[in-house]
Amino acid sequence: MTAEPQTILEVEGLRKWFPISRGLLRRVVGHVRAVDDVTFSIKHGETLSLVGESGCGKTTTSRCILRALTPTDGAIRFRTETGEQVDVAKLPKAGLRPLRRQMQMIFQDPFSSLNPRMTITDIIAEPLLVNGVRDLETRRRRVRELLDLVQLPAAYMNRFPHAFSGGQRQRIGIARALALNPALIVADEPVSALDVSVQAQVVNLLLDLQDRLGLSYLFVAHDLSVVKHVSDRVAVMYVGKIVELAPTADLFTRPRHPYTEALLSAVPVPDPRRRTGRIVPLGEVADPANPPSGCHFHPRCRYAVERCRVEIPALRPMADDHLARCHLAEELNLAGVQEGHPPATT
Amino acid sequence: MAEPILSVRRLCTWFHQDEGIVRAVDGASFDLEPGHTLGIVGESGCGKSVTARSILRIVERPGRVESGEILLRRPDGSVVDLVKLDGQGREMREVRGGEIGYVFQEPMSSLSSFHTIGNQLIEAIRLHSDMSKKAARDRAVELLTLVGIPRPAQRVDSYSFELSGGLRQRVMIALALAAEPRILIADEPTTALDVTTQAQILDLLRKLQAEQGLAVILITHDMGVIAEMADDVVVMYLGRDVEQGPVETIFHDPAHPYTRSLLQSIPSVLAEPRSRLRTIEGSIPHPYARPAGCPFHPRCADAIAGRCDRSLPEPTHLGARHAVSCFLYGGSGVPALPAGLLERAE
Repeated sequence: MTAEPQTILEVEGLRKWFPISRGLLRRVVGHVRAVDDVTFSIKHGETLSLVGESGCGKTTTSRCILRALTPTDGAIRFRTETGEQVDVAKLPKAGLRPLRRQMQMIFQDPFSSLNPRMTITDIIAEPLLVNGVRDLETRRRRVRELLDLVQLPAAYMNRFPHAFSGGQRQRIGIARALALNPALIVADEPVSALDVSVQAQVVNLLLDLQDRLGLSYLFVAHDLSVVKHVSDRVAVMYVGKIVELAPTADLFTRPRHPYTEALLSAVPVPDPRRRTGRIVPLGEVADPANPPSGCHFHPRCRYAVERCRVEIPALRPMADDHLARCHLAEELNLAGVQEGHPPATT
Repeated sequence: MAEPILSVRRLCTWFHQDEGIVRAVDGASFDLEPGHTLGIVGESGCGKSVTARSILRIVERPGRVESGEILLRRPDGSVVDLVKLDGQGREMREVRGGEIGYVFQEPMSSLSSFHTIGNQLIEAIRLHSDMSKKAARDRAVELLTLVGIPRPAQRVDSYSFELSGGLRQRVMIALALAAEPRILIADEPTTALDVTTQAQILDLLRKLQAEQGLAVILITHDMGVIAEMADDVVVMYLGRDVEQGPVETIFHDPAHPYTRSLLQSIPSVLAEPRSRLRTIEGSIPHPYARPAGCPFHPRCADAIAGRCDRSLPEPTHLGARHAVSCFLYGGSGVPALPAGLLERAE
């Protein structure tokens, strides 16, 4: 019997509002509610994915967790190596440094996230140097270990980033993120800039590293197919709010929010025999500076009733860990995707 | 099988650079049938975009169409070889935008931000007809209605930066249709868009094709988009068409080892959660380090030593419309030139 794994991260009521200022005196006339009351948690060794379309606040949420942005409100409780919980949102800048060692980031663009004037060794060893590993030989040994971990030959140590392909660069970025033995990795669209054949290698690498090192991932992505392959649980965001949060299989087969249903049906399936009717939501994503009244999704929702226009729905539990922010969640019988392997793999 | 409206034969488009020659397109052949959608799919560097630009004769220097034929069949039965036309000449300018419309990936950079979308449409309409300004403006509003832009009579006077990505891509499609082309080339038309917007644009393209009887060349890296949209598929790798056939055959009975591995490595919303992906060994070679023989042989699990690395396979017909360039299916080959010889000959 193993005990229920502890949570490594608890985000509660997170808000990040960006002021909109106008006029000569730069008076604040409104706010872009990029993240508006977001609550979730991640357990040790778990992958939680944040999905949604551009402007839904998924990247802003991840940046708040790393304190690259200071949240407007809310708590971000991170459990450190020693087991105590620290509220990252309220920590002064100076107190952040020891924590940053334990939470690291993998970026989307492997072409702009590596310094072209540094060798691979210098790039991967920089976090070690910053954190006081003075001895050159120790650093080089660790770089060799890390390259081995991300399956790159140690012979590449003294090359510069331009000599590497997109997939190899992404491996270098992963090695750098792992340099300080972090517990939590925030990966913002880590495979979306890669070609299909290389994307598969990096997805597998992320899964392997998680198994070997017991990492926890916050995986930010827009590609639901990739999300299906990596996640334990998935949170769907729309205009700054989580609209649905559920275990992966549940969310894909039995969505409880109309937006999730629309997202799932919009994904093109690589099988010409499955050209079925799509549920395309009307119009465009709402403006987070001026969100619609009531449920933010109601102008695009094909099930919307009068109540959706006036009353903001709460994120409510449905069944087993399944949360949905919809007044009609119990009544609607929404379509998900069917389980099973795509025929192409036969 | 109807007579193709456009036939590309052994097209070679090379880029002459100081470091050597990049053979971006190196002997690609395919046919586009009237009223059909031909999907061209492949990873970065496979030459799919350069193929499109070669057809439109807008390959930028130092690139140029080296050899091959691009045969455009006119309604009166005459055939013109676009390769023989002057790229900047009058006749080619009438084909480009006139008989062949095109939509590119970046809706932001393809539209001018100094002119209203109405004026850009009017210009495109009047370039290929002798309509009066007034009539052209009415036609512009009609086109905006056709592509599903809400309130077209007002939107005709807005600038591209006032529109969302999805609306901008609709304007691009309206521009492409301005001269009532018979062929539409869409190069990654939905790659920069969110998934629900992508679904809307794909539905629009399908609707327009049915209504206007357009022949469409759809270029994308996304196998899902191909499965949903294409009638026929060309799979490209390093400048060559490695396999082509009807969409059903390509997805359910693929022959080329590259097509098969590509299909197996796509993440799918139908997959088991947290399942590893099948991968293709290695990565796409650098353009200057093109392998001798079959360009896929270094990554191919079924490569025949002494054959695949020595000569280049020619297409073998497996069915009336299904062709594959691979020695596993017999077929003849041309001896590959030793690497570097061509470059020296230049």
